[in-house]
Amino acid sequence: MLKSVELTCERGDRTLFSGLNFSIEPGELIHVKGHNGSGKTSLLRILSGLMLQAEGDVLWGTENIRKLRDEYQKNLLYIGHLPGIKGDLTALENLQVNNALSGNVVEEDQAWQALGKIGLRGREDLPARVLSQGQQRRVALSQMLVSKAKLWILDEPFTALDVKAVAMLQSVLEEHINGNGMIILTTHQDFAVNNIEVRELHLGLSEKDV
Amino acid sequence: MISVLRWLVWREFTLALRRKAEILTTLLFFVIVVSLFPLGIGPEINTLREIAPGVLWVAALLASMLSLNRLFADDFIDGTLEQLIISSQPLALLVFGKIVTHWSLTGLPLVLISPILGMQLGMDGDSIVVLMLTLLVGTPVLSLIGAVGAGLTLGVRGGGVLLSLIILPLYVPVLIFGAGAVESVQAGLGAEAHFSLLGAFLIGSLILAPVGAAAALRISLD
Repeated sequence: MLKSVELTCERGDRTLFSGLNFSIEPGELIHVKGHNGSGKTSLLRILSGLMLQAEGDVLWGTENIRKLRDEYQKNLLYIGHLPGIKGDLTALENLQVNNALSGNVVEEDQAWQALGKIGLRGREDLPARVLSQGQQRRVALSQMLVSKAKLWILDEPFTALDVKAVAMLQSVLEEHINGNGMIILTTHQDFAVNNIEVRELHLGLSEKDV
Repeated sequence: MISVLRWLVWREFTLALRRKAEILTTLLFFVIVVSLFPLGIGPEINTLREIAPGVLWVAALLASMLSLNRLFADDFIDGTLEQLIISSQPLALLVFGKIVTHWSLTGLPLVLISPILGMQLGMDGDSIVVLMLTLLVGTPVLSLIGAVGAGLTLGVRGGGVLLSLIILPLYVPVLIFGAGAVESVQAGLGAEAHFSLLGAFLIGSLILAPVGAAAALRISLD
């Protein structure tokens, strides 16, 4: 479905990676690995259409994602380093607004349910700024529960989460893969999803460590 | 598409109402700058009446620029801007929604309070009406043009100063015809030509600015 063809990424004068080829099909999970600064986040930003690659193409099906744009973005859920939530809105409002703005209207019951499931029961009506970092992270991740996107691109989704939340997140990932979804993620944490083979993509191996 | 705009407008208004200080600062800045002129120039009413259109317009221009920094900055910092950019909805439309709400929260209050400040500077009734109308047509142009600059300077260190350097020259035509309309009414001439030009600026920037600002945001986040 999603295919990277001879992808090259440059930041300033440095080439982070070049000639990167891989593809992901429904039901697959790719774990992007690499040391700090090897270009993991840059790769995810390129794949989600936030950043422009120096060379190469990203294809969705057979079409370039830059050409498809709306059609591709509808199938994409990207959760980056920044939580993307407003401190002055409540958890519930954040979830609903974020989904509506990305083009997926979520009913209020559905949003309540998602927040309950992600472990924010009783805090749905609090402004997000009074929540802890881990809880804010959960608000951001609750989007995964209501999203209709096929492809999830997750940048360090396990950051700031406690053990229970990590386990919960793993089961969500599992469910998505079993439902023929696709996931590309980065994390430095060990994680395991039952019965699913995790493909690994290593960045920066060819480079000599300085 | 309409529902997305509705949600966006709802979000902007809710956020603004939970942070009232930000709306008030722009308004207070406008009031204070205008009030400084009688203090500096002296209470000679004829002089004040003569400079009033220019003073009010320059103050409105600075106040509107002051509020521009905030247009995309908060969304940039908390990451919601990333989500807007990869939304399946056209970015130019979302940017347009943001500009419209931004104007109604910062530009419209200036229009509404301008009669009081006009009276303070000794303007007569007719000129005040014309002043309000020029501000009503002109301040949206300021917000629209400003949005492009705000997009370009997003995340740049010292972006505020850079923003004014980019934007202020572009504000000049609006200032000339906005203040000019009021002056020509004061001098007993018609202001139709001025209004036609201001209207043309408004239509032109309505069409071009959201697209330009959207492109600027994509560049800033690259």
